[in-house]
Amino acid sequence: MEKSIKLVKKGCLKDSLKYGGCGECQASCQSACKTSCTVANQPCKNEKKA
Amino acid sequence: MVHIFGALGRSFALDVESGNLFELDAEAAKVLSGLTANGWNTEAVADSDIVREFVALRCDGQLDSAEADVAPPSDPGVIKAMCLNVAHDCNLRCRYCFAGQGEYNNSSCNTRMPLDVGIAALEFLMKRSGNRRNLEVDFFGGEPLLNFDNVRRMVEAGRELERKYNKKISFTMTTNAAGVTDEIADWINAEMDNCVLSIDGRREVHDRMRPDAGGHGSYDKCAAGALRVVSGRGGKAYYARGTYTAHNLDFHLDALALADAGFANVSVEPVVAQSDKPYALNEAMLPEIFASYDKLAEEIVKRSKGASTGKPFTFFHFITSGEHEPCLRKRLMGCGAGNEYAAVTPDGDIYPCHQFVGRESFRMGNVIADELDSATQKEFASVNILTKSECRKCWAKYHCGGGCAANAHSANGDIRLPDKLSCAFMKKRLELALAMSADE
Repeated sequence: MEKSIKLVKKGCLKDSLKYGGCGECQASCQSACKTSCTVANQPCKNEKKA
Repeated sequence: MVHIFGALGRSFALDVESGNLFELDAEAAKVLSGLTANGWNTEAVADSDIVREFVALRCDGQLDSAEADVAPPSDPGVIKAMCLNVAHDCNLRCRYCFAGQGEYNNSSCNTRMPLDVGIAALEFLMKRSGNRRNLEVDFFGGEPLLNFDNVRRMVEAGRELERKYNKKISFTMTTNAAGVTDEIADWINAEMDNCVLSIDGRREVHDRMRPDAGGHGSYDKCAAGALRVVSGRGGKAYYARGTYTAHNLDFHLDALALADAGFANVSVEPVVAQSDKPYALNEAMLPEIFASYDKLAEEIVKRSKGASTGKPFTFFHFITSGEHEPCLRKRLMGCGAGNEYAAVTPDGDIYPCHQFVGRESFRMGNVIADELDSATQKEFASVNILTKSECRKCWAKYHCGGGCAANAHSANGDIRLPDKLSCAFMKKRLELALAMSADE
C-alpha cells in the first residue's frame, strides 16, 4: 500500500548553519534572470563542506 | 510554518524552516490542512493513523519546525560580483527595455565604457572583495558587443589581476547576439564562463517587441548569432533568456520554441514595466500566467521522461540545486545587490545593481575615484529576510531570498517592501520547481 505521507526531499537548511556563510557562491542576478531573484537554484561552492 | 500545495496533479507539504518536502495523498493533505488551520489542536480532528504520523513528525522537528537561530548574515564591506555596463547604447530598440533602450535615462553619460574605467572597476573589485576568491563580472549594457574591443582588453586585464590577487573571475556576457560573428562567438566560448543570450521565443513575439534601429524585426539576427554561440559552447553554461509581456501570456510556447530551436537551457522572465505601459503585467492576468507555467512544467517533465517528441531542456526557475543546496545564510541575503553585488556605468559610477542604474539617489560611488558609500552598502546589507517583516512570515522566503530590491523600490518606493506581483510569479514557479524536485 502507498504511504499517505512520504518524505521526498530531506532539507538541509539547519544543517547548513554548520558550514555555511563562506560567500563563495554565485550572486543570483549573474546567472540568467537579471530581473528577479532566485537563490534556491544557486549551488553551494563551499569547499570545506562535509 | 508549513506550506501545503498542489502541483503537477500531486499534493505536497513543505516544512519551511528545515526545507523538508513531503508528498501527501488526498486524505493526508486534507488532514494536514485541518491541523495547521486550527493550530495543531488534535482534539478538533478525528483521530487516525495519519494524524498520529503528522504529530510524530512535528514532535521530531521534521514538520512545522521552529525558525533557526541564525545571526544576520554576511559582513558588509565586501563586493564579490560586478555588472559592468560597458555600453549604454544598443543596436536594438526593444519596446520594454528597462534600460531606456540603452541610455538608462541619462543621455549625458558616456555611451561606451573606456578601457581605463573597465580596468579601474576590475581593480576596485579585487581590492574590495576581501577574502572571497570566486568573483563574478558580467558584461552588460545596452549591448556589450558594441564595445567588444574594450571588453576583450578588460578580460585580458582581468586575467592578469587574477594572478596578482590570487582570485578567480567568472565572466558572463549578456548579449542579444545580433552582432555575433564567428570570431566573436569563438572568443565568447573561450573566455565567458556563462553567456546569457537574449531572445524572446517565437519569431512573431520577438519581432513585435524587439525591432532594430531601422524598425525591422531582429529575430533572425539574434537567433543566428545565439545559435552560433551555442554550437561551440561545449559544456559551458549558457541561457537563452526571453521576456514575456501582456502580449504573450501563453509564454510557455516561447520557452518551447526556444527549446525546439536548439537551446537546451532556457529562461523566460516577466517583463519589468511601469503599470501604465500597454505591455505591463498585472494581477488580473495571473490565472493565465499560472496556467502557462503549469503547461510549461508539464511539458518539461514529459520531455525529460521521453514521453514527448520535443527536445528536453531546463528552465531556469524550475531548477533546484539538488544536493548542493545553498546554505541558510545565502538564502537570507538574496541576490546581494548593493552589498556584495554592484553595477558600474560607462563613467565608472557605482549603483546597487544594473536595475538601479539611472536612479540617481542610489548612486553609491565611483571606481575611478575609488569611492564607495559605505552607508548605502550597509543599508542594503541590512535588508534581509530577518529584517523584512512581510518576507519573514512567507513560506517562499528561503527560495527567493526576499526578492528583488529594485522591483520592490519600483513598486513600493521601498527596498524592504516586496513587489506583490513579483512574489506571485515567484511562488507559482517555486511550487512547480519543488514538485519537479520530488522525482530527482
